[in-house]
Amino acid sequence: MDLKELVTYKLKEKFPEVEFDITDYKEQLAVTFGKKNIVNVASFLKDDPDLQFKLCEDVTAIDWARRKNRFTVVYHIFSLKLNSRIRLKSDVDESDLSVDSVAFVWKTADWHERETYDMYGIIFNNHPDFRRMYMPEEFEYYPLRKDFPLMGIPGSLPLPKKDE
Amino acid sequence: MGLEAKLKQDGFFTSTVDALVAWARKSAVWPMPMGISCCAIEMMASGDPKYDIARFGSEVMRFTPRQSDCMIVAGTVTYKMSYVVKKIYDQMPAPKWVIAMGACTSSGGMYRSYPVVQGIDQFMPVDIYLAGCPPRPDNLLNALMQIQEKIGRTKARDFQDIPLPELPVIQNN
Repeated sequence: MDLKELVTYKLKEKFPEVEFDITDYKEQLAVTFGKKNIVNVASFLKDDPDLQFKLCEDVTAIDWARRKNRFTVVYHIFSLKLNSRIRLKSDVDESDLSVDSVAFVWKTADWHERETYDMYGIIFNNHPDFRRMYMPEEFEYYPLRKDFPLMGIPGSLPLPKKDE
Repeated sequence: MGLEAKLKQDGFFTSTVDALVAWARKSAVWPMPMGISCCAIEMMASGDPKYDIARFGSEVMRFTPRQSDCMIVAGTVTYKMSYVVKKIYDQMPAPKWVIAMGACTSSGGMYRSYPVVQGIDQFMPVDIYLAGCPPRPDNLLNALMQIQEKIGRTKARDFQDIPLPELPVIQNN
């Protein structure tokens, strides 16, 4: 049983009511599903003895600019037991940017989710320490969104006052 | 009676206070190494025996602004970092000089994007803009010699009664 069959079987067995779209591209497995189930699926993939995806390598997002569901939140997780990675994807629309945090499943996701919030403005519910990662706290924009200009918004980042 | 004969007898010479003070100042420029990114590596290299910044009296890298004369801003200054750089600059007692080392510090360099200040002269005075990405250590020494030349032209009374600016106490949490 290869990885795709194993993951498909396990997920279908555990979550019969959830729609999964499992695709294989260049030997990279991607699992797409609704954002409501993210914590359940994440903790199942981590705790299942046959899968053991115990390492969360990255959490990030994609801004599709003009698509209906504008953002996709992406989780890259790694299983030491299977020596393989899978990618979890959930669509997020601009009208409701909140996703449940997986920081209690994988502790590494804490900073990754803060970074995703900082750069894309995705809100992670129940996050233990939800602040911006790189940009100043009072900054109002999300720099990696497609509508953010490369040179920034003039005046949005104040500089210290120059003495005369 | 010439100068040589005078020196043989008593061993003194005449000068002005300005010249003496300027000579003393420029021969011991203590740098404040504001090493922020990769330019700092070249700044460290200029202190090693090969380039030897001690030849110019500047080997005393003071890691406190209170004891320094010349701030070497070596690296990319982001908007978030600009407050730190300015705060440290404000803590340096006058007279003080600033070398903007490298392309990033002088103009933003290759980081032409939203988080990087496009030249630190937007929020603090700069005496020397130093080209290079990063500049070689000999280039930094050249900048230091330019600073020394600039200090040599100053008069002692130029820097009378310049107080330290009142710094606000910021509670970091």
